[in-house]
Amino acid sequence: MSRPSVAAASRARAAAPLFAALGDETRLQLVLRLSRGGPESTARLSEESLITRQAITKHLEVLAAAGFVQARRIGRERLWELQPKRLADAREYLDRISRQWDSALGRLKTFVET
Amino acid sequence: MESTDRIEKHLLLKATQSRVWRALTDAAEFGSWFQAKFETPFKAGQHAVGQITHTGYEHLRIEVFVERMDAQHLFSFRWHPYAVDPTIDYSAEPTTLVEFKLAEATGGTLLTVCESGFDRIPAARRAEAFRMNGQGWAAQLENIERHVAA
Repeated sequence: MSRPSVAAASRARAAAPLFAALGDETRLQLVLRLSRGGPESTARLSEESLITRQAITKHLEVLAAAGFVQARRIGRERLWELQPKRLADAREYLDRISRQWDSALGRLKTFVET
Repeated sequence: MESTDRIEKHLLLKATQSRVWRALTDAAEFGSWFQAKFETPFKAGQHAVGQITHTGYEHLRIEVFVERMDAQHLFSFRWHPYAVDPTIDYSAEPTTLVEFKLAEATGGTLLTVCESGFDRIPAARRAEAFRMNGQGWAAQLENIERHVAA
């Protein structure tokens, strides 16, 4: 239904706000770090952080539960990888529901104004 | 900044607050613009169920749990967003909260619609919504075009 250019524009527009909207500074930093640097171990991700490795692990697990990152186990370490498609999907989903509301509210407008 | 947890819409309706209130809280009126046929009225603290009448979605049930009905000001309910697969039992999954807020405005009523709680919806569901709806949107767009043109 939507033209590719519209979809592409909406995807580009969607990427930045999505990162911001993850709502937690640490998780946002983790996502940004993984999006720039590729897969990283929990240890590496904890190194540059002021918070404990345990806390970092929890944040990564929250991101994993939402499907934003995925862990691969390498020996005793977990290697975390970003799932960029999931980020796009989450925003697409909201855009889709948002358009449904636009459509329904358009009908509501007609309904109450006539 | 846009949020991934909520959708918010603002709409100025050229109608009185009581007219808009009725269009939202009378289940039959709600159904006529939302495109659903409710079998039970909206009552705070109760479920209301019905059938979607929207073209292409007629096989789907709709169920809302009405939370608040503060006369003329706030109408809110919970539901399962984008519950478009009749073979899935969504009942155990998190719901989103839909709030309609009405305020008097010059020339009519200012309506704010907010749906929130999307961050709690499982990622698998969101991905599924992305896959499921190939045809539905074309129909939706035609629908609104018809209404705008009418």
